[in-house]
Amino acid sequence: MSDQTVSTAAQVASRSAPKKPSVAKGPFGLDKALFDKLVLAAIIIGLAAWIIPSINWRLVDRYWDRYLEGIIVTFQLVFLSVGIGAVLSLPIALARLSKRVWLTLPARAYITFFRGTPLLAQLFLLYYGAGQFNEAFEAAGLWWFFREPFYVAALTFTLNTAAYQAEIMRGAIQSLPAGQAEASQALGMSRWPTFFKVVLPQAYIVALRPLGNELILMIKGSAIASIVTVLDLMGVTNLAYARSFNFQAFFWAALLYLIAVEVVRRVWDRLERRLTRHLALAH
Amino acid sequence: MSELLGLLAWGAEGWGDELAAGAWLTIRLALVTLPFGLLLGLAIALAKESENTYLRAVGNTYTTIFRGLPELLTLFVIYNMVQLLANRIVQLVAPGSSFEISGFAAGVVALGVVFGAFSSEVFLGAIRAVPKGQGEAGRSLGLTAIQSFALITLPQLWRLALPGLGNLWLVLIKDTSLVSVIALNDLLRQTQVAVGVTKEPFFFYLIACLIYLAFTLISTVGTNVLERRANRGFAAR
Repeated sequence: MSDQTVSTAAQVASRSAPKKPSVAKGPFGLDKALFDKLVLAAIIIGLAAWIIPSINWRLVDRYWDRYLEGIIVTFQLVFLSVGIGAVLSLPIALARLSKRVWLTLPARAYITFFRGTPLLAQLFLLYYGAGQFNEAFEAAGLWWFFREPFYVAALTFTLNTAAYQAEIMRGAIQSLPAGQAEASQALGMSRWPTFFKVVLPQAYIVALRPLGNELILMIKGSAIASIVTVLDLMGVTNLAYARSFNFQAFFWAALLYLIAVEVVRRVWDRLERRLTRHLALAH
Repeated sequence: MSELLGLLAWGAEGWGDELAAGAWLTIRLALVTLPFGLLLGLAIALAKESENTYLRAVGNTYTTIFRGLPELLTLFVIYNMVQLLANRIVQLVAPGSSFEISGFAAGVVALGVVFGAFSSEVFLGAIRAVPKGQGEAGRSLGLTAIQSFALITLPQLWRLALPGLGNLWLVLIKDTSLVSVIALNDLLRQTQVAVGVTKEPFFFYLIACLIYLAFTLISTVGTNVLERRANRGFAAR
C-alpha cells in the first residue's frame, strides 16, 4: 500500500520535474538575460556620452537655486491644496450621499462643475474674475488674498481637488458593507462616532490608492499656476528659458518633475503597504 | 444682465461667433487627437505585452515619462521640438526653404502623445483581462496573428477598455484648454481675447466654463451609450 503511494508520488515528481533548465540563448552564445543587460548598459552609456557633453553647465549654474525654489513653491501649492481639499471633501461627499435633496443637489452641482471644466479655465475665472471685483474685495478686507497669484492658485486647486476627492471618498464609503455601520449602531454607538471610528477609517483604506493618484495629478496640474505668474517649477523654467533662450531649461524641469512624481509615488506605496499591513492583500 | 448677454451676440458687436469658433476648434482638436492617441496607446500597450525585451523597455519608458510630466510642459516641449524637427527635415529635402508646422498639428501631436501614454495603461489592463486562449483559439483556426487580434481579441478588449477610455476622453477635452498657451485660437484663447476687450473676465470665463461643462456632459451621455452598446451581450450587473 505504502509502496504504491511512494511510486505514485515518484511518478508525479518525475512528470512535473522541470526539464533541464534550458538557458535561453541570445546572440554570441551568451545567455539571453545577460545579453539584454549588456545591451541596456551600452544604450545607457551611449545616451550619457551623447547627452552629458552637450549639457550647458552655465545654465545649470545660473538657475540651479531658482529651480530648487520653484520645486518648493510647487510642493507648497500642492500639499496646501490637497490637504485643505481633503478636509473639504468630507462634508461634500457626505452631502452628496445624503438623502436630503437640498444637500445632494448643491454637492452634485459643485462636483460636476469642478470635475467637468478645465483647471486652467477655473484658475482664470477666479484670478481674473476676482480682479474685476477688487473694490468689493477691498471693502471686505480680502483683497490682499485675491491680489496674490499664489493664494488664488492655491484656492483654485483646493476647490478643484476637493471635488475630485469628494467623489473618491463617496465611492469608498459606498463600497463598504452596510453591515459595518449597522453593527456599530447595534453596539450603541451614535451616528458620528460610527462615522468617524468605523466607516471613515475603512473608507480611507479603500480610497488610499485613488487619493495617491489625485496627489500626483495635482503635482502635474499645478504647473498651470505658472500661467498666472506663480514662480513654481514650471514658472522658473519659463523664466530660465525666456532669459537664456536655451531649450535645455525644459529638460531640467522635466527631470525634476519626474523625480518629484516618482518620489511621491514611492512614499505613497510605502504608506499604503504600512496602513494595510493587517489586511491580507496581495502585493 | 441684458447688457452682459448682449456681449454674446453674433457678429461684429458681440463675441458669440468668436466663442463659437473657439469652441469648434476645441472640438476639432479633441476629435482629431482621439484616433491618433488611441492607436498610439494600443501600440504601446502591445509593446509592453510583447515578448521582446527591448519593445517592453521602450513601452515602459514611454509611459513613465509621459505620465509623470505635466501636460503643460509636454505641450511646450513637443510643440517646439516638432517645429524644430520639421524644419530640419525640410532643410534636408529642400535647403533654404522655410516651413512651419501649424499650431494645430503640433497640438494634436502633443495631446496625442499624452493621451497615448494614459490609454496604453487602460489597454494593457484590458488586454490582460481577455483570456489568452481567445487569441490562441483564433490562431488554431487558421487566422493570422493580426486577424486573430483584430477580429477576436480587440472586440472583447474594447468592451473592457471603454470605461477607462471614456474618462481619458474627458481629460483630453479639458487638456485642450492648455493649447491656448501655445497660440492656438481655441475656446479659452478666444475667451481671453474677449476679456481683453470687454474687461468682463468673470462673465466670460464663466461662459467658457459652462461651454466646457456642456462638452463633458454630452460626452458622458455619449460614452454611456457606447458602453451600453458594447455590453449588450452581457447581463446587466
